Amino acid sequence: MSVVLEVRDLQRSFGAVIAAKDINVTVNEHEIIGIIGANGAGKTTFVNMVTGYLKPTSGQIEFAGRSVIGLPPREITRLGISRSFQVPQVFMSESVFDNLLMAYAIAEETGVGLLSPLYNDERAERVDSHLRRYQIAEYRNAMASTLPQGTRKLLDIAMAAVRKPTILMLDEPTSGISVEEKFGLMDIIMDALRVDDTTVLFIEHDMEIVERYVSRVLAFYQGEVICDAPTAEAMVDPGVREFVIGEEYHRTRTETGGSEHA
Amino acid sequence: MRYIDKTVVGLTIAFLALLFADFFMAEWMRFIGLQSLARGTVALGLLVLWRTGLVSFGHALYFGFGAYAAAMLTLLGYHDAFFLVFAGTLVAGLLAFLLGFLLRRYRAIFFALLNMAFSMILYGVIVKTEALGSTDGFSVLAPTFLGYAPEGEAVQTTLFLFTLVFTYLITLSVHLYLKTTLGGMSMAVRENEIRVEYLGYSAEKVIHVKYVFSGLVAGFGGAIMALAIGQVDPDSMANWTVSGEFVFITILSGIGNVAATFIGALVFELIRTYAFEYAPQFWQFILGGSLLAIIMFLPDGIWSVLSRLRKAEKAPSP
Repeated sequence: MSVVLEVRDLQRSFGAVIAAKDINVTVNEHEIIGIIGANGAGKTTFVNMVTGYLKPTSGQIEFAGRSVIGLPPREITRLGISRSFQVPQVFMSESVFDNLLMAYAIAEETGVGLLSPLYNDERAERVDSHLRRYQIAEYRNAMASTLPQGTRKLLDIAMAAVRKPTILMLDEPTSGISVEEKFGLMDIIMDALRVDDTTVLFIEHDMEIVERYVSRVLAFYQGEVICDAPTAEAMVDPGVREFVIGEEYHRTRTETGGSEHA
Repeated sequence: MRYIDKTVVGLTIAFLALLFADFFMAEWMRFIGLQSLARGTVALGLLVLWRTGLVSFGHALYFGFGAYAAAMLTLLGYHDAFFLVFAGTLVAGLLAFLLGFLLRRYRAIFFALLNMAFSMILYGVIVKTEALGSTDGFSVLAPTFLGYAPEGEAVQTTLFLFTLVFTYLITLSVHLYLKTTLGGMSMAVRENEIRVEYLGYSAEKVIHVKYVFSGLVAGFGGAIMALAIGQVDPDSMANWTVSGEFVFITILSGIGNVAATFIGALVFELIRTYAFEYAPQFWQFILGGSLLAIIMFLPDGIWSVLSRLRKAEKAPSP
């Protein structure tokens, strides 16, 4: 497995607040990584730095062997790192189909090609097959603002995946989704991304989701990565249990062993 | 062709009809027609900006710049309409390109008013420049057309033809442009710039392109107006009220279709002409009242009448 993303000594502060400190992470091709941590631990800051939205105070980010520090999001996107958002970023007053048609057009056209028609039958066919892959075809003509939350999240992720990115970063794909729907949603996303062998990093609060879908966990606490290990190992790591998972989860997991932290 | 574009057909029919009518029109009608074409073309640029989510209260800057550029060239002895209009269009576009680097970073009211600020700088410069006639402006001699030098009524007839052909070509290109990827990106930028960036394109670049286009067509409209009136002056070319008129036309027309822009421009000219004729004391009142009526009853502009009729046709009878 080859390394696709290498982050070294990444730092970021907002005034006196340290949002990222000494982050060192190496991501290999085809890995599925879960990013966990309490609110304000620096998870989204990390995603924002890797995708170019925030410039790190210091440190290095290398994607496919080249530094992406200082590049704007659009250029990093073109290189092969896409992202979805905790709050879906879609074209609200347009139909699901038109949202994806635009995503495909931007991904496929450059230079003079931008002056070729937005709509063509082949592109529409690609959009429709993409809609089927993400199981939102029944909403094809619905306006994005009228979609149920889960469907809008799928649309957001589907739009991010249009370019067939090498790495896709998902910011809380299951936030705001009811417990019953979470696994169904994650199944759709993971099945769809597996087709293109996409490397996935996703931020998640639900440990059941983490245990089921990821092979490796990055745990954040106060801007630092306190644990970077295979999922099973991370789940029993004392730091992760204390600062990320918290006591509630802890109690249910160790019913037989008593509650040493309670 | 499996698919016939109704707008292209409609524009072509209107173009041919006006081409023919040019030889029979009363002089005052032709004059109103010329002004509608000139102002309508400027409003096309505002339509493109509006679709991107931006309103400019300062496009008199490019209108006035184009008009004065063309007029000043006549002072230097150039009289060919092709050259004058081309030059007016080009310098206005160039100015838009330069200012675009700054303006593309602003949105909403900041964009609208920054445009106005720049247009008032031009207005101020013209008013202070004695060599350009200050507030009186100066007159522009009748143009020639590739060596053909018409006289009398033929000047306006030829100018109308000239304007009609170019306006037709510009309008057709805008209509087709709106269906391209770059044209469609207006929607994307208006709706969600973050998503555009994360799809791999620069929202500011999209805005810049649209801005330059709006500058070019405003310059075109200005140069035509200078030749049509035979006179340039700051108050009817570069003042902020002129920018207001373009916004007025855009609201009147709606941004649904390029053809609506010219209908809106014509309606504007007619309201203004007749209001001034019959109520010289109150014409602004009538103009304002009609704008209010449009906003209240037809918030999507004149074009929405057409789409409403179409919907009514399709609705099942009770």
